[in-house]
Amino acid sequence: MNIAVNTKGSKYHVNEKGYYGKFGGAYIPEMLYPNVEELRTKYMEIMSDPAFQKEFEDLLRDYVGRPSPLYLAKRLSEKYGAQIYLKREDLNHTGAHKINNTIGQILLAQRLGKKRIIAETGAGQHGVATATVCALMGLECIVYMGSVDIQRQAPNVARMKMLGATVVAATSGSQTLKDATNEAIRDWINNPVDTHYIIGSVVGPHPYPDMVARFQSVISEEIRAQLKEKTGSELPDYVVACVGGGSNAAGTFFHFTEDEGVKLVAVEAAGQGVHSGYSAATSQLGKIGVIHASKTLLMQTEDGQIVEPHSISAGLDYPGVGPMHAHLYDTGRGLFLNATDEESLQAAYELCSLEGIIPALESAHALAKLKELDLKPTDVVVVCLSGRGDKDLETYIKNLKK
Amino acid sequence: MNRIDQLFSKKQNNILNIYCTAGYPAINDTVGVMQSLEAAGADMVELGMPFSDPLADGPVIQASSTKAIANGMSIKKLFEQLKDVRQRVNLPIILMGYINPVLQFGVENFLEHCAATGVDGIILPDLPMDEYEDEYKPLFEKHGLHLIFLITPETSDERIRKIDGLSRGFVYAVSSSSTTGKDKEFAGQKQYFERIKKLQLKNPVLIGFGIKDKATFEAASAYSNGAIIGSAFVKALETSNDVPQTVNQFVKAIIN
Repeated sequence: MNIAVNTKGSKYHVNEKGYYGKFGGAYIPEMLYPNVEELRTKYMEIMSDPAFQKEFEDLLRDYVGRPSPLYLAKRLSEKYGAQIYLKREDLNHTGAHKINNTIGQILLAQRLGKKRIIAETGAGQHGVATATVCALMGLECIVYMGSVDIQRQAPNVARMKMLGATVVAATSGSQTLKDATNEAIRDWINNPVDTHYIIGSVVGPHPYPDMVARFQSVISEEIRAQLKEKTGSELPDYVVACVGGGSNAAGTFFHFTEDEGVKLVAVEAAGQGVHSGYSAATSQLGKIGVIHASKTLLMQTEDGQIVEPHSISAGLDYPGVGPMHAHLYDTGRGLFLNATDEESLQAAYELCSLEGIIPALESAHALAKLKELDLKPTDVVVVCLSGRGDKDLETYIKNLKK
Repeated sequence: MNRIDQLFSKKQNNILNIYCTAGYPAINDTVGVMQSLEAAGADMVELGMPFSDPLADGPVIQASSTKAIANGMSIKKLFEQLKDVRQRVNLPIILMGYINPVLQFGVENFLEHCAATGVDGIILPDLPMDEYEDEYKPLFEKHGLHLIFLITPETSDERIRKIDGLSRGFVYAVSSSSTTGKDKEFAGQKQYFERIKKLQLKNPVLIGFGIKDKATFEAASAYSNGAIIGSAFVKALETSNDVPQTVNQFVKAIIN
């Protein structure tokens, strides 16, 4: 287990001040200072504790079902003329990579003596993963979710409730993920002592981006070991992942950042097209600013008001991007592509017909860019299949009929 | 001399600072509301620069911000409105807002405009102290602008001292661990207020969050130099048919 690996001196990981290059930091009001400071001073110590790591590892193995398989997708490989492996995060308990982080953070919350857990959710995947670990540990769980999302993601709302969580509608602003995050932060301001906030992505104030990336880094740790076994080398030519806030991409890239020969490909949601006015391709449309207490790229008006993104996939429908990714973009270490709603749907249907796997719409964005990678037959490509598509069936069915 | 310092040199008790959102209830109400506040006897005004995602604010102020943005308010627009404000308003003016719109306007540009229009102080709750010290402090000082920091019941004595050392004008004591407009039990905060008093800070202290009427204003003022009222005032404006009259009644009900 390598979650506490020393990244000091890396150009691509967080520095001692909580920044990735010029991105990151903790732009928090004073009301949040004690909570964030407690986390900042303790997270590495806790994550370095062998007893903590053992508990995390045991739960990932026996409860989540890790390691997740690395699967050589033969027919997909034939089609794109390379050796394409899928990292099967979709096979995890609760159906996505989100649970890696919620397991880690719930163990951390226990060590901090917290009794109450809050979380934000967009599509409901992180909310379900949080409700799951709260049930597992017997902790109170409150999930904030935009009232628009509550309407359109009814099955996940039901799952969270069945798992014992209280789902609170965020009725402010546009009533989606950004507003659910605002409400969760406000809850934390109002409950500073007994509550831990499980952020679901590599966003928010330092140390969240680094902490979440470390819990998700198990993805790239396993990829290296699995590739070594299958190909004789730990290093692929490409790793590809979708990016909203960027947690699965952060986990997929984490242990490859220093291997400059490995191309890190991040795929954002172009929505109806980058310049259509209905997009979530933050690296293309964003400017540096502060969202949810982190300095990063974000979509905003000239006056600095945060604008609403659009993506067919609720998990990528976020106007910012984690500061680690903003830095990978800024330095050119990461290759940032984007896929439209339509391309992603087609990529999902293609994976169904070629490999018998129904991917989450988010993951389908990553698959949609294989065609743009200029691949050679000897190239080894790993795509993070971050989640399964059960939650998206309604969208898939609706669009099949068209 | 900065108008905030002038005020505290003349008056040390029961300072009434009223928050209102710029461009609210109507886009051109900004200066008129300040004039009415001054006429009614308020001591200071905190003008909110509306932001789409105000994390430290509760629903009332967020709703007023959303409305003000829809009305067309922006930092640029605000400075247009404040162009001649010093011919009409003598109250110390504090601009309160979140860091992102200020970053987009440009921090130096923003401070230049503040100085040119006669703004006295600035509150940016999500600007970290270290960042201010490392990057912006000389710029604020160059323009004679006071940056006012917040403290809360969870802030340690040591940190309060540090904040007091960096704050100019006054220290903003948040009454309880909450967002604005929350009705938390006020009596329970006695210990916290006494703790602040004992620290004998170099800056005056104004208490805010949860102050909504004469009783809470007087309770807060008993432990400090005065208090800040925000959500309750914004709420009064929300349903007002006659803004100057509403302002007058609101202020009079507190200080008379």
